[in-house]
Amino acid sequence: MATTADNFAPAAEATHDDHHDHKPSFFARWFMSTNHKDIGSLYLMFAIVAGIIGGAMSGVMRLELAEPGIQYLWWFAGSDPADIAAAGHMWNVFITGHGLIMVFFMVMPAMIGGFGNWFVPLMIGAPDMAFPRMNNISFWLTVVGFLSLLFSLFVPGNSIGNGAGVGWTVYAPLSTTGAPGPAVDFAIFSLHLAGAGSILGATNFITTIFNMRAPGMTLHKMPLFVWSVLVTAFLLLLALPVLAAAITMLLTDRNFGTTFFDPAGGGDPVLYQHLFWFFGHPEVYIMILPGFGMISQIIATFSRKPVFGYLGMAYAMVAIGVVGFIVWAHHMYTVGLDVNTKMYFTAATMVIAVPTGVKIFSWIATMWGGSMEFKSPMVWALGFIFLFTVGGVTGVVLANGGIDDNLHDTYYVVAHFHYVLSMGAVFSMFAGFYYWFPKMSGRMHSELLSHLHFWVFFVGVNVIFFPQHFLGMNGMPRRYPDYPEAFAFWNQVSSFGYVIMAASMLIFFANLAYAFLAGKKAANNPWGEGATTLEWTLTSPPPYHQFETLPVIEDHHDYHDHRPVTA
Amino acid sequence: MVAATFSSDTDRKNAKTGALAIIGALAMLGMGYAAVPLYDLFCRVTGFGGTTQVATEAQANAAASFAATRDISIRFDASLSRDMPWEFAPTQSTDTVRIGQRDIATYIAKNESSEPITGTATFNVEPWQAGVYFHKIQCFCFTEQTLQPGEEVTMPVLYYIDPAILEDDTIADVEQITLSYTFHRAKEPVASALERSNSSSDQAS
Ligand code: HEM
Ligand SMILES: [Cu+2]
Repeated sequence: MATTADNFAPAAEATHDDHHDHKPSFFARWFMSTNHKDIGSLYLMFAIVAGIIGGAMSGVMRLELAEPGIQYLWWFAGSDPADIAAAGHMWNVFITGHGLIMVFFMVMPAMIGGFGNWFVPLMIGAPDMAFPRMNNISFWLTVVGFLSLLFSLFVPGNSIGNGAGVGWTVYAPLSTTGAPGPAVDFAIFSLHLAGAGSILGATNFITTIFNMRAPGMTLHKMPLFVWSVLVTAFLLLLALPVLAAAITMLLTDRNFGTTFFDPAGGGDPVLYQHLFWFFGHPEVYIMILPGFGMISQIIATFSRKPVFGYLGMAYAMVAIGVVGFIVWAHHMYTVGLDVNTKMYFTAATMVIAVPTGVKIFSWIATMWGGSMEFKSPMVWALGFIFLFTVGGVTGVVLANGGIDDNLHDTYYVVAHFHYVLSMGAVFSMFAGFYYWFPKMSGRMHSELLSHLHFWVFFVGVNVIFFPQHFLGMNGMPRRYPDYPEAFAFWNQVSSFGYVIMAASMLIFFANLAYAFLAGKKAANNPWGEGATTLEWTLTSPPPYHQFETLPVIEDHHDYHDHRPVTA
Repeated sequence: MVAATFSSDTDRKNAKTGALAIIGALAMLGMGYAAVPLYDLFCRVTGFGGTTQVATEAQANAAASFAATRDISIRFDASLSRDMPWEFAPTQSTDTVRIGQRDIATYIAKNESSEPITGTATFNVEPWQAGVYFHKIQCFCFTEQTLQPGEEVTMPVLYYIDPAILEDDTIADVEQITLSYTFHRAKEPVASALERSNSSSDQAS
């Protein structure tokens, strides 16, 4: 007979499955892995390593910006201190490396590869992903892509020095005639590899979510995290190939004499920007939507209430995904768009604030009247809502074509996207991490350290990025290692914030060490009755193969609650 | 009830969904490349980004019959890409024309190097909204120009401003339009570049 959620006894399953729950040898398990949980763990570990490298690069950048003048860059460039060009190139290499690593090798692998792989199958009651071997290929493509990017740091980028100094946007003609060295080819190739890995991953998620749901798990009963990954997978599938086309054109312009972006042969560099941002704006939602999904799960769990407006929440994400494809030129207001085009892109961009607002209000309404518990995932989720909203508001400011003529390429934009990413996306990742860490590892982290981590990180990132609004409004341009004396004060404050933020990361790693060395064993469901999705019905960590007989979600289970009715 | 497990049925369904997804991704890759000719077409049709229009004699005559009573000033601008050893300048810095009437402007180019060089001129107008009303009947920018070492030529542009400009709120009160050209070294088509590098490597061997 079918195992229904009513009589489903997963903990027992783990014991009686013991005889066929054995794991492959170390090499086979971690290098040729086809198990979604192992691949998820690999992605998370990879993202942490990439995050440390990308974070260290931003540390160098904040160090250099702490005072006016150029103090340290020449040391990294290995050049004469008087060689301003070498220092400048080194700076460009740092901002490029930092941006590409954080976007493609930290946020995306953690959110989609890490949490997506771990929890999409568990939450929909599937034994694994649809294409387990392709899952493995996706991961290793990402790793090799990362290595290609790191390699680019050590080969010439232009006549001045090593590394690709072209910005994460890789605009032509800087990336074509402006940087003839092989470093840029390796950086571009790294995006090809990571992009291919992500496209395969997206295919896998779409197939898994459409075809592998447990009986009774209709689309409208899926947890919102699964919805968020589904929408993200579609964005990846439709946006990344356009980036692939654009950067392939860059490669052929660089190496094979095509002139896609070269006016001398009838091309147009602005076309590159259109293609890049047609990908780039959906990309920013790729980085935040899985976070939206996690926040929904967490807010509901710790308010002990179902999410307010479930269908509205799901379709708000779909709406954000769709509209996200027709707003790209808000990144290009200063390339010379005429008034009507600017008007259209301003209006369309503002429309995105509507479904985004629906989400924020629904999270607040979920908490309203709930019995809230301020466990570690919840405080990070609350931090997310607050800080993401700040970033959303500055986004609406920037959306105005007229205002953006002034603010474009200033620190105001830097502040905006760090509020939505280094705070929005990163707070949601820490929230998700603390929420699911006990499930993934079987160990409890320290609540005290998690709260401490939260407060120190919260103070740190705000001290870093809030003053950047002032700098930007006063006209400090982004992407320069030096500035006039007038900007010194707020830059110093910002660099001081970096130290606070870095200290909080030590707390995070201490917490991890504590959990693995001395953490209490995690119960199947450490979060109490608010945690209603299927992963909490399994052991912590879940058995190597779960749901060999599928759970059945019966009609009387509502949208949110997938627990057995009688435990 | 039957035990609910996934079967080869699911495998078949998965293969189909996966294949559709990959086809979707490939289609978007194609769209990325299709954007190149489409963008070019779009700019030419709409005057987007200040792309000027090409008109026939007949269209120019038709426009002239609607000639307005207002004049507009045209400013002429010339520049060279970095690797272009020419001199290039307009012979008049501004000109006042009656809207709808055709006018001729000239530019002078001189090859300062010791080898023949083929140049190609890119162009646009400022403000961008004017692109769709700026019609060229003849222009040196329609074809490539080859100059021998030291050769100097005077090159004409025959153009008119479409009277419809007066009905467009976003530009009707503009009093000056700048027409700008940049000369680049013409890029050889990829095929002939390859041929040349092949033949030169043949010679080397
Ligand atoms: C209400 C929502 C939002 C609006 C209206 C908005 C608007 C904008 C605009 C107009 C710009 C261009 C500014 C300029 O370059 O001059 C921009 C930049 C940016 N936004 Fe947003 N945004 C929103 C949400 C987000 C989200 C959710 C993310 C990511 C999670 C994000 C990430 C970025 C990034 C990374 C950039 C800078 C890109 C670059 O130039 O390198 N934005 N945003
Ligand atoms: Cu955008």
